Amino acid sequence: MRLRRLKAIAVKEVLQVWRDPRSLLIALLMPFMQMILLGYGVSLDVKHLPICFFDREASQNSRALLKRFQASQYFAIVGAFDNYRDVTRALDRGACRMAIVVPPDMTERLNDSGASTIQALVDATDTNTANIAMGYAQAVVAGFSSDVQLSALNLAGGGGNEAVTPVTVESRVWFNEDLESRNFIIPGVVALVMALVGAQLTSLTISREWERGTMELLISTPVTPMELMLGKLAPYFVIGLLDAVFCLVFAVFWFQVPFRGTLITLFLGTSLFLVVVLGIGYLISTMIRSQVGAAQIGLLVTLLPTTLLSGYAFPIDQMPVAVQAVTYLVFARYYVTTLKAVFLKGSGILELWAPGLAMIVYAAIVAFLAARAFRKRLD
Amino acid sequence: MSEAGPAGARPAGAAPEAPIVAEGLVKRFGGFTAVDHVSFRIAEGEIVGFIGPNGAGKSTTIRMLCGLLRPTEGRALVAGLDVARDPEGVRQKIGYMSQKFSLYGDLTVAENLRFFGGIYRVPKDQLAERIRYAVEMAGLAGREDALVATLAGGWKQRLALGCAILHRPPILFLDEPTSGVDPQSRRRFWDLIAALAAGGVSVLVSTHYMDEAEYCNRIALIDRGRLIVMARPSELKRHKLGGDLLDLECEPMGAAILALEQAPAIKDAAVFGNSIHLLVADGAAALSTVPKFLADRGVAVTRLQVMEPTLEDIFVQLVGGERGRQGAAA
Repeated sequence: MRLRRLKAIAVKEVLQVWRDPRSLLIALLMPFMQMILLGYGVSLDVKHLPICFFDREASQNSRALLKRFQASQYFAIVGAFDNYRDVTRALDRGACRMAIVVPPDMTERLNDSGASTIQALVDATDTNTANIAMGYAQAVVAGFSSDVQLSALNLAGGGGNEAVTPVTVESRVWFNEDLESRNFIIPGVVALVMALVGAQLTSLTISREWERGTMELLISTPVTPMELMLGKLAPYFVIGLLDAVFCLVFAVFWFQVPFRGTLITLFLGTSLFLVVVLGIGYLISTMIRSQVGAAQIGLLVTLLPTTLLSGYAFPIDQMPVAVQAVTYLVFARYYVTTLKAVFLKGSGILELWAPGLAMIVYAAIVAFLAARAFRKRLD
Repeated sequence: MSEAGPAGARPAGAAPEAPIVAEGLVKRFGGFTAVDHVSFRIAEGEIVGFIGPNGAGKSTTIRMLCGLLRPTEGRALVAGLDVARDPEGVRQKIGYMSQKFSLYGDLTVAENLRFFGGIYRVPKDQLAERIRYAVEMAGLAGREDALVATLAGGWKQRLALGCAILHRPPILFLDEPTSGVDPQSRRRFWDLIAALAAGGVSVLVSTHYMDEAEYCNRIALIDRGRLIVMARPSELKRHKLGGDLLDLECEPMGAAILALEQAPAIKDAAVFGNSIHLLVADGAAALSTVPKFLADRGVAVTRLQVMEPTLEDIFVQLVGGERGRQGAAA
């Protein structure tokens, strides 16, 4: 292998990418669009859910409850009504997704029996959101009722120091304390960007030479398949790493996703993943001689499994068992695992030996196949 | 078996000191035989032209010699190396221009030259000088930074030649380098080839322009995968026709052709533009017999004279003869 030839190929490739609007678009704009679209578009959170309030009691207690809802970041109170007809209409129109109705005798019942009920009307066309909203509403009401309990006890006990607070389960969330689904998704989006950019760009490199007729001349020169492969992939490897840096910066500074790991772990994981993705793109490109065909197969083989089966947004342990088994074959799974661990848990290289090893094996196989794929012959 | 020309295929197994040697090359694609037992050798500094219609097997033969296609049978020795065994060794020694223009259109003139300089590992201290030479040769001085896609055909062709000789190969394979290029550029291109050959470069060039055969030291006529003849253009004209050629203008031509094909003294009759070329054993005798023969059949002769055969005549006659023999054998 000669470095001089490798360099000649790499320089040529950079010039071609630089002058090809489509490649440039993929290399520069795609990561940005993916981050924006997936960062904002795919959110499993319920926040500022529009709700309305129908306070039939109008007491100090009911106003305290209203305040609690107002204080919660999960809800936004968009209306207060004094009759069911308006409430129903607001729900029908979609102006609000949930209505909280305080019964006229809430305080009375609380004083009598220490228990009362509040009505919540939920628009459950989106069941997921409805469930989450119910959960949050219950939490708000629970907070309210413990307040009520506490003040009742204080009244009864007089001193209050010895007051017994009801035992509550306090769950502590780790790694994603804010329970932001964005924190969970964004690290995985990096994998998506890498898969898309890497496979798209490289799947074009060899097929472009076939399509434009430059390949015949190229294979009549003494360049070796190894020089050709490394020379062609080197620029895309660098572009991939630059895109990774862009994604990291975007994730941390724009989306405020915590980054607790080390850059070197991220770099190693990303490099391995890039080797796999670029290798697959190159393999496809050696097999399919039209650019469009190669690009489509490239998408199919890399982006699709990464989107659906890597666990970047859709947790693998919630998939059917058979599908879970398939995910072990999806190389992106190991990278997504690595990304999430590095971002959210701050895992180091040692803790990530398992996905790391899987990626090394994958990278070795793909590199081996890619190096052998290209034959300097026309027949 | 292919017919060997006077200076053409020598017996296989001779010492391979010639830069280009083909020994019984065969290429089959499935059931189709694209190249059928082709043998020849090309000397140092010699320009050999492959002439024949499209699909005759010219490109396939050249591609086998470059190591781009594996021969089904036979052996190719280029620069003394067996192409099948040491294709990379061969590739160091050859320059190749493929049929389709294959430089990078999205790279500039200089970038293309630098790319091939790097690929062929032209010594760095010589690269600038050789690039300058190639640019001047192609007539592209001052346009080094133009994207190749924006160049006109003749320039592209000369630049492709410049890229192919950047590493000073002793052997050049040029596959229809002048197709689609204007006549003036073609002429200029052939001048460059002649200059290279004068410097000792062996050149194998294919073309379907008959007039370009005149630029070659020897020409090889190829038809349907077979090497029909390989000889100097002058030799071909002298010996290969096997008779004298007459140029006949008459009215009506269709009836004349039909009649002449029946005439025993006429070896061959073929239409060339608005006249008929007749091959006869004795030109002087035919000058008096042919008009009479035609007049008896209602054809008026307006002109009849002995002419110098062109290579096209030779080609038509040879290919026709070859096909006739094959037809008879079948």
